[in-house]
Amino acid sequence: MSTPNPSITFLHEAEDLLVQIEEIILEIHSQDAPSEPVNQLFRAFHTIKGSGAMFGFDAVAEFTHHVESVLDKVREGEIPFSDELSELVLASKDQIKKLLDVSQGGDPVEPGSSERIIAALSEFSKGSAGAPPPVAAASAHRSPAPASGHQQFSIRFKPNPEMMAFGTNPVSLLNELRGLGECTVSANHQDVPTLADIVRDRCYLSWDIQLFTTAGINAIRDVFIFAEDGSQIDIEAVGAPEPASADSSANISAVPKGQEKTLTPAKAEPAAKDSSSSKKASSNNSLVRVPSDKLDRLVTLVGELVMNQSRLSQVASRVDLADVTAPVEEIERLVSELRDNVLGIRMTPIGMAFNRLKRLVHDLSGELGKQIDLITEGAETELDKTVLDQIGDPLVHLIRNSVDHGIESADDRELHGKQRRGRIRLAAAHVGSHVVITIEDDGRGLDPDKIRAKAISKNLIAPDAQLSEKEIFNLIFLPGFSTAAQVTSVSGRGVGMDVVKRQIDSLRGTVSLASQLGGGTTTTLTLPLTLAIIDGLLVEIGSDQFIVPMALVTENVELHKADRARNNSRNAVAVRGDLIPYVRLRSLFQVSEGEPDIEKIVIAQQGEQRVGLVVDRVLGSHQTVIQSIGRFYREVEIVSGATIMGDGRVALILDVAGLVHSVRHGAAHGTHAANQHSPEETARR
Amino acid sequence: MNSLVATQYITFKIGDELFAIDVVSVREVLELSLITRIPDAPAHLRGMVNVRGEAIPVVDLRAKFGLPPIPDSVHTRIVVLEIEVEGQRSVLGGIADSVHEVIDFEADMISPPPRFATRWKGDLIKGVARRGEELIIILSTDAVFSGNDVEEIGAAVAQTGSLDGAGSH
Repeated sequence: MSTPNPSITFLHEAEDLLVQIEEIILEIHSQDAPSEPVNQLFRAFHTIKGSGAMFGFDAVAEFTHHVESVLDKVREGEIPFSDELSELVLASKDQIKKLLDVSQGGDPVEPGSSERIIAALSEFSKGSAGAPPPVAAASAHRSPAPASGHQQFSIRFKPNPEMMAFGTNPVSLLNELRGLGECTVSANHQDVPTLADIVRDRCYLSWDIQLFTTAGINAIRDVFIFAEDGSQIDIEAVGAPEPASADSSANISAVPKGQEKTLTPAKAEPAAKDSSSSKKASSNNSLVRVPSDKLDRLVTLVGELVMNQSRLSQVASRVDLADVTAPVEEIERLVSELRDNVLGIRMTPIGMAFNRLKRLVHDLSGELGKQIDLITEGAETELDKTVLDQIGDPLVHLIRNSVDHGIESADDRELHGKQRRGRIRLAAAHVGSHVVITIEDDGRGLDPDKIRAKAISKNLIAPDAQLSEKEIFNLIFLPGFSTAAQVTSVSGRGVGMDVVKRQIDSLRGTVSLASQLGGGTTTTLTLPLTLAIIDGLLVEIGSDQFIVPMALVTENVELHKADRARNNSRNAVAVRGDLIPYVRLRSLFQVSEGEPDIEKIVIAQQGEQRVGLVVDRVLGSHQTVIQSIGRFYREVEIVSGATIMGDGRVALILDVAGLVHSVRHGAAHGTHAANQHSPEETARR
Repeated sequence: MNSLVATQYITFKIGDELFAIDVVSVREVLELSLITRIPDAPAHLRGMVNVRGEAIPVVDLRAKFGLPPIPDSVHTRIVVLEIEVEGQRSVLGGIADSVHEVIDFEADMISPPPRFATRWKGDLIKGVARRGEELIIILSTDAVFSGNDVEEIGAAVAQTGSLDGAGSH
């Protein structure tokens, strides 16, 4: 295994920390005494500063230093964490991100922008000079900093052997300690192996440090902040008298990581206060960072394994030997368990996407002068990372729509008897093999008359078309339709709901709208859990095999030749009272040989509607490893992918939505009327 | 023409014409196996074929070059290529009437693309090599398989005859 490039590691780490910072700031808003969040903020910035300086990201380190100083004052209770300051910290966070991007070849930052923020930050620092420390009492126990005089600490530091590979240099930590006060360092080298056994980049040394300093134990801990993982760090106050000792040990125990050993029993109070964050941190500790392409490779390999296993099962059932059958069944069980586990690894909580949206709502509502609360539910709902990566943009677009077009200004809301603060609810939940994401606002809702008028003016529907409310709402998904009377800077630049629809379609998902004029709009996205392996129904037409995604299939019925002849013109079948239109794939695919007397109709749910697919035979369910059919066939809308069957042949996965569209489109050629009567189908493009 | 110095090429025949492609982009040459037809696809896209667990698209070069179809024979081969399409690595197969040999061409054996070829966007033809009386058209695989207007190469094939005649006199 190759050692990761430390500066890349830093960039990844910084990325995570910035996300964390944003999350904390947005949460602080709702807290009265944000002492622990501020501590977390401080630590995050401190880590960025420290590691940044170490890897030559000097601009970043320099800038971050100013933010850190202000936060330190907040932490010490000298200045309050006001709304203005939190905005400023948020802006700083963005600036750091920009500075980091520059180092990766991004656009250069606007000249003077860093300086402006720094100036604003130092205003805050200065502002504190005369002010009394308002929070001092509350946070006294976590800022012991005995200004009273010197204190001696005995520190044992045994770094994580991999520390240097993670981008931390122990020497600079020691130097940082020296900066705190008089310092005696002795190195223990008994663990250093013989030269032949030495692994480059591994740290074999440990150090005993005697530090005589005026700085508190907090300051010492801060030095080791980004060296905690896997390291042994014992900090002991030597011969320290009076309350400082009890305080400092309590503080140590409050450190979430748990690597620091406490000599005196922990005080209950701070430990309890930290319990939530300690839980979070310890779960973080056991995480392993893996590049996603390695994971993708693993999923591919499991896919191949599933394929070969089904081939093996087929052979085993043919030879029918008891000696073979048992182990093959065992392998089948193991492979299916392995598949579920590997796909499970790629499952990522949707909360990651939600965080980005919190910031979006925060910024947009400020920009538009609206007061909006974003309430998220089900952030822990997991779905495949490949799906998650692709729903970011559609979600941003939908949330923007809600903020921009949905929620009214505070005054308007009051006029209509609503609360001044608007509300957007963003919820995710598992429903069967799908994830359902709901975006619900309590804004002004969609006006069917306006939409209708707009659609008529854009020639999307005929002036006399009879449409249900639902059908009218679906007009929004047509390409070229945009509800905003004038395009504001907030709503996307010419990107309409049709793009959202297309992106969701490409993920094999669906999107639907419900709205009440004056009461708000609800958008519902339904997405598959994974794009890698699905349950499919294997069907046959002539000698070709196809897969219909099982999630869509509701039932199968028979179609007799005589029945078909009787209602030839209708191409619809009655299933328990409902008339369901069907498509004969045989004629669509121009297969002529071997027409059976009794065909099967696979009834599939496509959006709100059910549609029948007429096939020769239904062969049964099939674990389908999805392979892309590549860009060569991207014009082909009736097929969404391919899979390899047990016997080695390739079967195609049918795209039911595309199929329905293709049939409608083909039938509607030149007949404008068909288009007018089924805007819903047109919207399904 | 430095890029063409002593490069290895695989030669294959479509109709009576001999073509060559850089061996670097060729992953393997396979006998014809079961190709799954894709309904609704353009004629030159024959379908998908399983190459050791990977479903890859197969392009019928004959149809792609605008030549009339002939029945598959025992000589028909699938040339599996690894190429860049729009910046992404793609694996695909090309069906040739027959595949012949791997040969070295040195730079002086290759003439620049004839003038009629340079008119096309994408530079489908990298050059033309001579071996005795034989004329071998060296294709640029990336251009051939990513471009949509490849049918024009059929016109080129039709014209090489006259070029051949002009060259040997």
